[in-house]
Amino acid sequence: MSREARLALFGVSAVGFAALLAWGVAELPPFGHYAGPYGDLIAKLAPQQRHMANTVTAVVFDYRGFDTMGEELLLFAAASSVALLLRERREHEVEDVVEPVRSEASAAVGALAAVVTLVVALDVVAHGFITPGGGFQGGVVLAAAVMSLFLAVDYGRYARIGKSTHTEPIEAFGAGAYVALGLVSFAFGLAFLENFMELGVFGRLSSGGSAILVNWSSALAVAGGFLVIFGEYLQENMAERHGRRKLP
Amino acid sequence: MSVLPYLLAAWLLVIGLYGIVSSRNLIHLTVCVSVCQSATYVLLLAIGYKQRGTAPVFADIPTSRRTVDPVVQSLTLTDIVVAVAVSALLLSLALKAFDHHGSLDPAEMTELQG
Repeated sequence: MSREARLALFGVSAVGFAALLAWGVAELPPFGHYAGPYGDLIAKLAPQQRHMANTVTAVVFDYRGFDTMGEELLLFAAASSVALLLRERREHEVEDVVEPVRSEASAAVGALAAVVTLVVALDVVAHGFITPGGGFQGGVVLAAAVMSLFLAVDYGRYARIGKSTHTEPIEAFGAGAYVALGLVSFAFGLAFLENFMELGVFGRLSSGGSAILVNWSSALAVAGGFLVIFGEYLQENMAERHGRRKLP
Repeated sequence: MSVLPYLLAAWLLVIGLYGIVSSRNLIHLTVCVSVCQSATYVLLLAIGYKQRGTAPVFADIPTSRRTVDPVVQSLTLTDIVVAVAVSALLLSLALKAFDHHGSLDPAEMTELQG
């Protein structure tokens, strides 16, 4: 199909699509007048029923934990596919990269930033059921802590920590633990991923019951997944720059 | 005014689709997919918003406070994280396509033509 024909076809269908959307939007409750009872019920129930102050995380890892498992396996599949696709293009991992420019001062600040970011990440994950945060957001910050080693310190230092033999088991362990926790619920005669531990005290680090474990496992899975993806693209870039590409 | 956020979501979706249809570069196409995805975030958050509603986190507010819907927020947050991973996958597919065809223009990948 020619480009013009494709655009014309898109134009026609876009008009029909826009009409459908306008029709659908007209029936929605006006902006700011949320109608559904589901969200209100969760916001009312989660603090009493699950002792969780952050009802968003309560939905992610408890009420809709099964749904989140799907999201997480999606992330796992995407990260694995990136590794699979990009690794095929290289013969081996690039090592002994000598950085042309190095500044001790920026490396020191960078190492400090990495430590601070690491602490922030652990804080965001740990307080997931109390304040805004949780495994998904904290996992991304956790990955950023390791990535900042590459940005500010040097590739060698980053590669020692962020190499694939470290990040892949972290990702796999996180995703596996998430599913395993769902199965543990079965052992207690509960539904898949249903909370099976003491719910703890509202507003304390202990609040959340077994969803705390689910929270941490997803933090590991997300951090591992992001580091796998970052590592693959970085290897790709290094192989390109340092000429160790596999010959076609 | 009351339908403006929904119209914004619709606009993001349609302009993203236009970008995908008219794209001449696979990296540009990946960005267009992200634009389409962001339409879902705007729509979800717009549906869950309540006037004068605050964040549904009760660490330092009484449970009687009016809050926005936590369900759509949690859907959005997991979606954002996963969307990044999906973009990474699409970009690696673009790299493979470049290896294969020596170009990022979908129009030049003639084996794909129907």
